[in-house]
Amino acid sequence: MSEVRAEMVANVWKVVAAEGDTVADGDTLVILESMKMEIPVLAETSGTLARLAVAEGDVIQEGDLIAVID
Amino acid sequence: MLESVLVANRGEIASRVIATARRLGVRSVAVYSAADADLPFVAAADEAVLIGPPQPAASYLNGEAILAAARQTGAQAVHPGYGFLAENSSFAASVRSAGLVWIGPSPRSIAQMGDKINARNLMERAGVPVAAGTRESVVDLQAALAAAEQIGYPLMIKAAAGGGGIGMTAAAHPDQLAAGFETARSRAERFFGDPAILLERYVEPARHVEVQILGLADGKILAIGERDCSVQRRHQKVAEETPSPGVGADLRARMLAAAVRAGETVDYRGAGTVEFLVDVAAGDFMFLEMNTRLQVEHPVTELVTGVDLVEQQFLIAAGQDVSFASDALSVTGHALELRVYAEDSQRFLPSPGTIEEWSPPSGPGVRLDAGYAAGNTVTPFYDPLLAKLCVHGADRAEALARARAAVGAFRITGLKTNLQFHADLLESAEFRSGDYDTSLVNRLRPASAPSR
Repeated sequence: MSEVRAEMVANVWKVVAAEGDTVADGDTLVILESMKMEIPVLAETSGTLARLAVAEGDVIQEGDLIAVID
Repeated sequence: MLESVLVANRGEIASRVIATARRLGVRSVAVYSAADADLPFVAAADEAVLIGPPQPAASYLNGEAILAAARQTGAQAVHPGYGFLAENSSFAASVRSAGLVWIGPSPRSIAQMGDKINARNLMERAGVPVAAGTRESVVDLQAALAAAEQIGYPLMIKAAAGGGGIGMTAAAHPDQLAAGFETARSRAERFFGDPAILLERYVEPARHVEVQILGLADGKILAIGERDCSVQRRHQKVAEETPSPGVGADLRARMLAAAVRAGETVDYRGAGTVEFLVDVAAGDFMFLEMNTRLQVEHPVTELVTGVDLVEQQFLIAAGQDVSFASDALSVTGHALELRVYAEDSQRFLPSPGTIEEWSPPSGPGVRLDAGYAAGNTVTPFYDPLLAKLCVHGADRAEALARARAAVGAFRITGLKTNLQFHADLLESAEFRSGDYDTSLVNRLRPASAPSR
């Protein structure tokens, strides 16, 4: 199981993947926005997206959980 | 001279405009969002008005709230800075309809240059060189692929309503065009409210060099030197210098003449910047876009000419002569600007946070245009620019030496900054040689190259 956490304060702009999706290492899960920049959050392992902890429009803090890959 | 000015912006550029207003005895009014109440520009102004919550759409992009603040404070003029509403022709028109002085070009000039397709077509007709590209909006992928056959690869997919490198994607072959086209359209819609796309031939390796112009009150256009902006990450500038080490006297003369022609074509007034892509191997240049406002990197031009560009904006907006003799303008020495961003210095990811220590450098030839001070919080709502560290030297070698010392002495703690990137840039053989192009940053920081 691998947790994906936020590297910085940001807004969740787009949720690209959905719970239950099969994802591969490098796939975009969500796209964050901070300081006028889009930051794709990528899967760092392959597996099933067991949990997606954010929704579009959320404001997240550094270290917040974004997703869990099984 | 104007009696008072409202600055419709924030951070370092608001402080910059207020400084000139103070020097000239012009009363200044700041407007600020709830996120910015503690920033230096709010305290620096003679008066300050809270115009809304942190979200830009509700504050710095809220024309109604800004005009209400102008009425409330009796401000005579509006200076838009850069970004936000600076290139919004309907805001410029509403400032004028409210009986206020707009410190910028006419709404018509802004609109003519704001649509990148229209601007390209206008420039082509005026004899300003443009890269091969589409002359109308590209509406679907099929049209894009067909147009690309004519233009040739590599090419750039650009938002017609865009600018400043936002929403731009390169495509080296049809597969990349297919992959990037819809993304570019949706981003153009999201960022600029207009999905129109243009395709333009991309030249690589190239330098990005721009020319500062001033449209005088009587309609005469002056070109006052170039700035090299080839040090870019994600198509956005990180460091600039003047004169450009890649532009010789002949090329410079041709670029300045083309910039004057561009200004004349749209009957330009005030400070503006004409951006070109320079094909170094061919000794040739092409029009990219015109920024119809004060440019972020204007300080390097000020350092080598001794001209305060904001003062000239005030004078021209008031219908007066500029403060210098236009036939006696000369360039002295060399100047660099390093943009200090709240971002990590390896991958350039944003790093909002609270500034603990802020110890800026000083010394001969050093100028700092800062937006923040110790104790301020840098929020995720706005761009990551903390300060512009500028240096002036008798020649490029002296400017580089002063820049190295200044970067080394600048201490910021509490959040990540790109100061280490600037230290590495100034040490790199490629930058020091002056023989560099727009892909320099990707060579210095391969891990930062865009994944899309």
